[in-house]
Amino acid sequence: MNMRAVATDEAIRISAIIEDCRHLEGPMLPILHKVQAEFGFIPESTKQVIAQALNLSRAEVHGVVSFYHDFRSHPAGRHTLKLCRAEACQAMGSEDLAKSVKARLGIDWHETTPDGAVTLEPVFCLGLCACAPAAMLDGEVYGRLDEHCLSDMVTEARR
Amino acid sequence: MNVTVFVPRDAAALAVGADRVASAIITEARARNLDVHVVRNGSRGLLWLEVLVEVRTDHGRVAYGPVKPSDVPSLFEADFLSGGDHKLAHGLTKEIPFLKGQTRLTFARCGVTDPLSLDDYRHYQGLKGLEKAVTLAPADIVAEVTASGLRGRGGAGFPTGSKWKTVADARADRKYIVCNADEGDSGTFADRMIMEGDPFVLIEGMAIAGIAVGATKGYIYTRSEYPHAISTMEDAIEIARAAGILGPSVLGSPYAFDMEVREGAGAYVCGEETSLLNSLEGKRGIVRAKPPLPALEGLFGKPTVVNNVMSLASIPIILDRGASFYRDFGVGRSHGTIPIQLAGNIRHGGLYETAFGLTLGELVNEIGGGTLTGRPVKAVQVGGPLGAYFPPSLFSTSFDYESFTAAGGLIGHAGVVVFDDAADMLKQARFAMEFCAIESCGKCTPCRIGSTRGVEVVDKIAKGIEPEKNKVLLEDLCNTMKFGSLCALGGFTPYPVMSALTHFPQDFAPVPVREAAE
Repeated sequence: MNMRAVATDEAIRISAIIEDCRHLEGPMLPILHKVQAEFGFIPESTKQVIAQALNLSRAEVHGVVSFYHDFRSHPAGRHTLKLCRAEACQAMGSEDLAKSVKARLGIDWHETTPDGAVTLEPVFCLGLCACAPAAMLDGEVYGRLDEHCLSDMVTEARR
Repeated sequence: MNVTVFVPRDAAALAVGADRVASAIITEARARNLDVHVVRNGSRGLLWLEVLVEVRTDHGRVAYGPVKPSDVPSLFEADFLSGGDHKLAHGLTKEIPFLKGQTRLTFARCGVTDPLSLDDYRHYQGLKGLEKAVTLAPADIVAEVTASGLRGRGGAGFPTGSKWKTVADARADRKYIVCNADEGDSGTFADRMIMEGDPFVLIEGMAIAGIAVGATKGYIYTRSEYPHAISTMEDAIEIARAAGILGPSVLGSPYAFDMEVREGAGAYVCGEETSLLNSLEGKRGIVRAKPPLPALEGLFGKPTVVNNVMSLASIPIILDRGASFYRDFGVGRSHGTIPIQLAGNIRHGGLYETAFGLTLGELVNEIGGGTLTGRPVKAVQVGGPLGAYFPPSLFSTSFDYESFTAAGGLIGHAGVVVFDDAADMLKQARFAMEFCAIESCGKCTPCRIGSTRGVEVVDKIAKGIEPEKNKVLLEDLCNTMKFGSLCALGGFTPYPVMSALTHFPQDFAPVPVREAAE
């Protein structure tokens, strides 16, 4: 693969996103969300391009990216499982559920299974507090979880 | 015969299979050659009954729930399309006690209408507040809101009218309305429900706010954890724009107002208003020192109204029905209604909008029906991760701002999370500190360092290392955080910690004692 061609392609895609958001007031977060949607994470090279376009230092952009839990510095697995760790879910046994899913996947929070199938992330509240415990798998929400349905979800995702 | 069936599109309903139930109903109806029209409404807030399917009959809407896709054929067998009896039938929806006992002002339409139908919205008294607002002088709108006694529903309880007046009186070339929809508190989902179930009411409330204070642009800052709310809100804004509710001439008036949805990025602290403003501006969500007040120097340094979703969604009915109508609900200085969210380990979890003044015990035991597990209630956390844990001995506390403050707690965004006797309150206290450490923006030392030290001190108590000395230290640390933090994150984390320590001392006993007791 021609590395230079890859780098150029990346730069073109990032510039297109920036152009798309430029007219917004405070365009930084919308840009970063779109970059992450495009690449699955925030490539290091993005920071310089955004900095230049928004008349900021690279350090300032890095500061924003690193502040927010959502922005990833590395790609996630094929599926992202977000398990709620907040109080309402705790009251319905989410901590035990987390323990068992971690054991099943053999990973801790923020890690990806060796086969690249599932990344496990904690989330503090999905607003499904009366249907606890809750989780989100690739943007789909699930409530009233138990070990059985969570293990089905994980098995399905690893296929 | 065309029958209308309602299957909610609220995220809580989707999480328990609403999409599959809806498609099962469509498939089954087609197979039986029946003419069924499925409307995807918001949620009624009876979340233990989700998926709550409703059928429109001559007598009113009849409810069935919780419906699973596998129940659908038997519902057809029981002729549910005519309101037939079934083991999941609850009779007329409006007669279900949980719903009947409520005073629904802010949530009047939620679950009743198709959230994206402007015709539905108008049919159920929508837009009346805005229609009235465009005929009033802006100062009169502010006066009406002030007279209603509405206080910020985000948690702080600041009088909404006073905030609006400050912004209205400020001189600037641009002003903003910012809706704080960063509903990060565990146990709360009212903002999400209104955005998914009745988005036009929020748009209407924001447009009224804009006219009242002279702002032409609004932002809804919400959470990335709420993708359904974001997409419904965005669709609703498009529809409102096309209908002339938003744009250069609001409802044909000389006032201009438009708005956008902005997505946060998973930082709890961005629910704090100054941190939220920084985030909207594209910066790190660091808390700003006050003064200057956001009302004078807010978004991009311009005068800005920052109001919670619930506050803004309560505005249309205040304008429509008048300040005194709203003011007459409630007790003491807590006027109007509050949408209480019953969550966690509770039998009848959901949204309960009522006038201020019910007791905590009534909410948990009578309305909520006690724990879902059937075990005794041990503790109830009110007001999210920064709210105090209440033992049943404090269940006589009235649900209003002043009573909760007097009882050493806060109502916050009115989330009530119930725990049964399996809860370990030392663990909950540790979690409060851990959460603060994860989510601290890092600007002030008591919050940034104090929370990490707090986790360590609680761990020492758990291990039985000089427990008495460490409990004193924990209290001292909480005091420092409470009075020395810049915002509510560090400042209120002591509430869950100290309330756990005060009301449940047995859970903080040294390890040998705790093990012996087990």
